Amino acid sequence: MTTDIVDVQRPSRRTFLKGAGTAAALALTIGFEWAGTSRRAIAAETPGATFAPNAFLRVGADDSVTVIAKHVEMGQGAYTGIATIVAEELDADWSRVRVESAPADAKRYANLAFGTIQGTGGSSAMANSWTQLRQAGATARVMLVTAAAQQWKVPASELRTERGVVYHDASGKHATYGALASAAAALPVPENATLKDPKNFRLIGSQAPRVDVPPKTDGTAQFTLDVTLPGMLVAVMQRPPLFGATVRSFDASAAKAVPGVVNVVQVPRGVAVVAKSFWAAKQGRDALKVEWDDAHAEKRSSADIMAEYRKAADKPGLPARTEGDASKAIQGAARKLSASYEFPYLAHAPMEPLDAVIKLTANSCEIWAGDQFQTVDQANAARVAGLQPQQVSIHTLYAGGSFGRRANPGSDYIVEAVSIAKALGANGTPVKLQWTREDDIHGGLYRPMYFHKLDAGLTRDGKLVGWQHRIVGQSIVADTPFAGLIKNGIDGTSVEGAANIAYAIPNISVELSTMQTGVPVLWWRVVGSSHTAFAVEAFMDEAAHAAGKDPYTFRRDLLEHEPRMRGVLDLAAQKAGWSNAPLPAGKGRGIAVAEAFKTFVAQVAEVSVDKDGKVKVDRVVCAVDCGTAINPDVIAAQIEGGIGFGLGAALYGAITLKDGRVEQNNFDGYRVLRIDAMPKVEVHIVASTQAPTGIGEPGVAPVGPAVANAIFAATGKRVYAMPFTTENLA
Amino acid sequence: MSTTLILNGKSTTLDADPNMPLLWAIREVAGLHGTKFGCGMAQCGACTVHLEGQPIRSCITPLAAVEGRHITTIEGLQGKPAKAVQAAWVKLQVPQCGYCQSGQIMSAAALLAQNAKPSDADIDAAMSGNICRCATYTRIRAAIHDAADAMGA
Repeated sequence: MTTDIVDVQRPSRRTFLKGAGTAAALALTIGFEWAGTSRRAIAAETPGATFAPNAFLRVGADDSVTVIAKHVEMGQGAYTGIATIVAEELDADWSRVRVESAPADAKRYANLAFGTIQGTGGSSAMANSWTQLRQAGATARVMLVTAAAQQWKVPASELRTERGVVYHDASGKHATYGALASAAAALPVPENATLKDPKNFRLIGSQAPRVDVPPKTDGTAQFTLDVTLPGMLVAVMQRPPLFGATVRSFDASAAKAVPGVVNVVQVPRGVAVVAKSFWAAKQGRDALKVEWDDAHAEKRSSADIMAEYRKAADKPGLPARTEGDASKAIQGAARKLSASYEFPYLAHAPMEPLDAVIKLTANSCEIWAGDQFQTVDQANAARVAGLQPQQVSIHTLYAGGSFGRRANPGSDYIVEAVSIAKALGANGTPVKLQWTREDDIHGGLYRPMYFHKLDAGLTRDGKLVGWQHRIVGQSIVADTPFAGLIKNGIDGTSVEGAANIAYAIPNISVELSTMQTGVPVLWWRVVGSSHTAFAVEAFMDEAAHAAGKDPYTFRRDLLEHEPRMRGVLDLAAQKAGWSNAPLPAGKGRGIAVAEAFKTFVAQVAEVSVDKDGKVKVDRVVCAVDCGTAINPDVIAAQIEGGIGFGLGAALYGAITLKDGRVEQNNFDGYRVLRIDAMPKVEVHIVASTQAPTGIGEPGVAPVGPAVANAIFAATGKRVYAMPFTTENLA
Repeated sequence: MSTTLILNGKSTTLDADPNMPLLWAIREVAGLHGTKFGCGMAQCGACTVHLEGQPIRSCITPLAAVEGRHITTIEGLQGKPAKAVQAAWVKLQVPQCGYCQSGQIMSAAALLAQNAKPSDADIDAAMSGNICRCATYTRIRAAIHDAADAMGA
């Protein structure tokens, strides 16, 4: 039950499927899958024994069910979720299900939430695959049943399926899917196979074990770091110390003198030292001397940039949402309040530093990577290599975390690796580009820095009548091929979680001022809500306090017409014992609620703050409504992990620049959450029959504000800048 | 230059620069890939292996420093605490991206070999050198307790 990306010794060339045909025709073309293992190679040589009715699954004569995953597995449980949906409708035996990554092919494997791009992000893997994969599994099941009906000469309606076997109870006949595979493969593919009634789900909603846990427990899971090909070289790159600087000249003599270094090449993004091993390449880089041209580089400090943002917030931005007249309502309100919030740059810092293996020839480019953006990477690699996209094939491996980093419009790490292979002569010698942790922390594509300014007005009896929210920051999609997502000057990723707040307030104004810097930015887990949820929920807490109301019931009253939002708020409050007596001195409880990627999440945080202002988060109780819970244990895991990820950022996360230079280097300076700061977490999932929505990211959104609100309850102090370490809480 | 060590119970001679970090000697010379590179400066624990049963960070340990010594990697992990830890990791579905988990398991197995009944505080102390960006920490804690219970049973 692994991805079988076990031994990268004998990759076969893929042939791409063209359109759809009969199952038999499709079964003959299964060689398109990367036959990296002997088992799969054998399967490819005996196509008649395999049943592949569509692009998403194969049933082998040995009863194995191989589910083809179009999404990367980067920890979020996508492989397990995808396999669960297919196996459910197929009535497969879960113990015989394995998962294999799909090749890069937008025709068959596009993320339906992205349109024509194959990629993973926006917590969309389950939501966009749901109907498609149910249909894929159900179609295969109908064909297997039809094959059995024809063999046994009984009506298909008398047959039933269970755990990979077709049964005819009246006659006692039964046959495994493997035994029926070749007969099923000869049948036409039916359209619109009937989907299961959800009340008959056996796998969906159960705690099916993750398909990737065993190899991730014994060291056998294969990451890009582990790819080893005959004759492979390892490259380490020296990139400019300032964003936007370029190579003026370099002296490679000392680098080339390091034993094992085979070449030093200049590429558009810097200078690469290429060696027989990582250690040689790294030592070669240490010995390399590069002169940089920083004429066009970003030389400001992050504090200077924030000062500009702060100033920009004094002026109106472009409207992202306008209802009523917020300014007038606030001016006329009996009670006014105002606050501003500052958010730093954040690095994704996945545990596996970025890496990619490239095998480039004059007419082909093969890529091995924990690839999160397959067809974007395919197109960028083709452009750099001077090839057509269809000449670029991608083997998507397990990604050692990503949090958005490996899905970037410029495909930075892939493009670097291809440019190195090209500079080496595109001679078919495989090259692995390995980033170090310092490369990762210095490497940009950060969650942008933002400044938020909020104003609100309350009536004498504590009713919110006006809400004005100004956001200042850099656009993630501007100047990328995704710039088309900017509508009327508004990059939706800058304002999501703010422009769409669900609270019933009669006068709302949300504005955006988009700024420009030379610091490359990118979406980071939960994207806009990584900052907007904090600003909204921290300020809402201030509003509740100013109104003299309980922060839970104050929110609840404003969510009367938002049943799912209110549902999670109520559930979290109830499970956390919100109505209980106040906590002892030094302890506090805070609440926050958010919607991200159509999933609703509320959290109650309990904190202790000691006399030195040190914050310890003791417990977080979370309620989540993500529609149909495909795998409740994976959902719980994503919420637990999201809370840890978001809490680490809230407590310590910051990338800062001094005169353009990133001040952090590694995990000593760029602190992330460790086990000793991890709170107890309780996850409560709202039962739902709605279509599934995202779960990889939403859990991150409410934890920062819930903790900040708890800190206020404990100390009377509000937090206005992230991370909390910058505030004096003593 | 070569260094001879006892790698996963077998005398092994690795022909490499004696200053090469043990991590890269294990990975690129011995060809064992379960031990991961995360930071290169003993900040994250992804490279944790055992030196005579004690957890060490192989990314800052020169190969020459382990001449003649016993080094155990995830591939060679044996014994009751180790097997209990790996079983608990599967039972409680600890891994997400999985990249740090070899290091987590090596640290957890070493902890249980020395302390059969660790408290939460013991676990936090022993495991705080191992970063998990997926933040699987609540399950790591629970799995170590589960493994301890299984060993005691």
